[in-house]
Amino acid sequence: MSFSVPSSLEAELDELTTHYPVKRSASLMFLHALQEHFGYISKEAMEWTASKLELQPINVFELVTFYPMFRQEPLGKTHIKVCRTLSCALQGSAELREQFCKRLGLDSQAHTAQTTPDGKFTVEFVECLASCGTAPVVLVNESLYQMVSPAAADEILRKGNLK
Amino acid sequence: MAEQFKLITKHLDEPGFSPDIECYLQHGGYAALRKAVASPSRELADGKKLSPQEVLREDVKASGLRGRGGAGFSAGLKWSFVDRRSGKPIYLICNADESEPGTFKDRQILHRDPHQLIEGMILSCWANDVKLAYIYIRGEMPEGARLLNVALKEARSKGFLGKNILGTGYDLEIHVHRGAGAYICGEETGLIESLEGKRAYPRIKPPYFPAILGLYMCPTIVNNVETLCHVTHIVNMGAAEYAKLGTPNNTGTRIVSLSGDINRPGYYEIEVGKVTLGQLIHDSNFGGGLKPGRSLKAIIPGGSSSKVLKAGEVFKLNRKGPDGQMSKIDVPMLDLPYDFDSLQQAGTMSGSSAVIVLDDSRSMVKTLGNLSEFYAHESCGQCTPCREGALWLAKATHRLTHGEGRKEDTAYLAHIAQNIQGRTICAFGEAAAWPVLSFVKKFKDEFDAQGAADEAARAKGAQPTHRPSPVGTLNPH
Ligand SMILES: Cc1cc2nc3c(=O)[nH]c(=O)nc-3n(C[C@H](O)[C@H](O)[C@H](O)COP(=O)(O)O)c2cc1C
Ligand code: SF4
Ligand code: FES
Repeated sequence: MSFSVPSSLEAELDELTTHYPVKRSASLMFLHALQEHFGYISKEAMEWTASKLELQPINVFELVTFYPMFRQEPLGKTHIKVCRTLSCALQGSAELREQFCKRLGLDSQAHTAQTTPDGKFTVEFVECLASCGTAPVVLVNESLYQMVSPAAADEILRKGNLK
Repeated sequence: MAEQFKLITKHLDEPGFSPDIECYLQHGGYAALRKAVASPSRELADGKKLSPQEVLREDVKASGLRGRGGAGFSAGLKWSFVDRRSGKPIYLICNADESEPGTFKDRQILHRDPHQLIEGMILSCWANDVKLAYIYIRGEMPEGARLLNVALKEARSKGFLGKNILGTGYDLEIHVHRGAGAYICGEETGLIESLEGKRAYPRIKPPYFPAILGLYMCPTIVNNVETLCHVTHIVNMGAAEYAKLGTPNNTGTRIVSLSGDINRPGYYEIEVGKVTLGQLIHDSNFGGGLKPGRSLKAIIPGGSSSKVLKAGEVFKLNRKGPDGQMSKIDVPMLDLPYDFDSLQQAGTMSGSSAVIVLDDSRSMVKTLGNLSEFYAHESCGQCTPCREGALWLAKATHRLTHGEGRKEDTAYLAHIAQNIQGRTICAFGEAAAWPVLSFVKKFKDEFDAQGAADEAARAKGAQPTHRPSPVGTLNPH
């Protein structure tokens, strides 16, 4: 499969580059846009970013490995990020994650993001999502779910199954 | 009864209030900007003349405004450190990385009233001759980034932003830059590196003070979202009026994020120092007390990095008596006024103004385990004491929460933490060490007992509860 960035996306990224006096600054925004489009950041995407921003591929690679939001392989269509940190833990976020994992047949003891074999779901523990007053919170793709009850968690799974 | 004082959050929860510019304008939006750019220069007693921009800089100083991001540093003073003679451009960055555990105040502004921030930013940029500014928003707030982009576009179309703002000849551009999930991007020099397209490795100070060598090695102002919003109100009210809010040296209002074991978690705006910790937790206007049958065990008063306070503690605070003399008085923990100075005198800090309440059902060992896990995950890895130490702290607390504790773990935890603080590039080192030092000091019995119990159980042949993941449940049941 050859790597190609649609011209509309490339135009968008070219415009973004003009926001900065130094091209390199646009790296994170490039990676966000490419990940959104392709679902993950491939080696080709890093090389493409590097050449667009006049960098070495290593300059981009080291960002992908540093920033937790970037990933190098595709994840589930429904990406469930459960907040692990204190205020959410106090309201049962560990149990919530366990519920997600159990229902989906994933390993609830695992340390890293878990994806179902059918590619539908990824479940991950993340750090404080800055919504501690409505704990426990879950970020599903780009939507924030607050005060998530066990029933609400099942509803998230039901919706994801329809995708 | 103590009341909220809604300055920044005034409209946030009003039915019908929306993030678009028409709504903001109907509520008096951008009046401060019009007022500031039309204001005259000021003649001082010594004959010196201040330009309108200098007037605003002086007013921010006179308002007493202190940074709402964590350190509580005077905003006016920070602005006065900016190197204006270098000939280099001056940048301003709004720190919207909000990621200190417990904190969720900036989120409210960004999502519900983005123009309030943008107006504060335009004013701050204008006052400091900034032509290019950024909002660094954390990656997990995609909706906030979208709303900000829409709001910036609206502001441009109305002539509040872009070329020749309100016909004054002043040009300013503001762009949104998204982070990607790293806590250290909230540290201002890490944020700057990240904005330059690099790993968010904090820079060492000296020499890299942002005011002198910041973004692209140019003078740079980094301020928190809430801090910048206050500038709008300082202009609207006038510095002297603004300074009457709150208490001396702790002026204005502050949004407190309240979470944990209370009946009414949420964000509450108060006049700084006019409400006590006890009122924040127990008043029906605020936290509404603890769950039935529960009693207070501890409070984390200023975000997860602040030192914990134990129920029943009494502090010696400096207070001015009616005769004007300073003296030390005893203040019980719940009577501490919620402000910068009182909490500092109580040996902790108001930090990001996030209060996390713990009741008597909670294990302090498990609570620390949860926090230590956070710091181990978030260390950027540049400094050995922080990278290794934060991990050791997490491993030691993990042991203590999984049947593998030892009697000496309390001392061991303190020893590691002491070897991190003061030995690192950035204040993350302290942020990781302080919770540990305060937990094991104030709840020593609990840590000792856990280690001893684990040892006794193992002597009887108990197996540690091996879990590959160090994440444990915090619930007591
Ligand atoms: C580890 C660490 C994390 C921080 N995170 C944030 C943050 O998320 N948001 C913020 O505004 N300030 C954060 N700060 C404080 C900033 O470095 C900086 O002091 C602040 O943005 C300055 O703004 P202010 O003066 O308006 O408070 C953090 C500091 C440290 C050491
Ligand atoms: S103290 Fe920790 S977070 Fe800060 S620069 Fe050093 S390693 Fe990075
Ligand atoms: S602790 Fe979960 S959102 Fe802050």
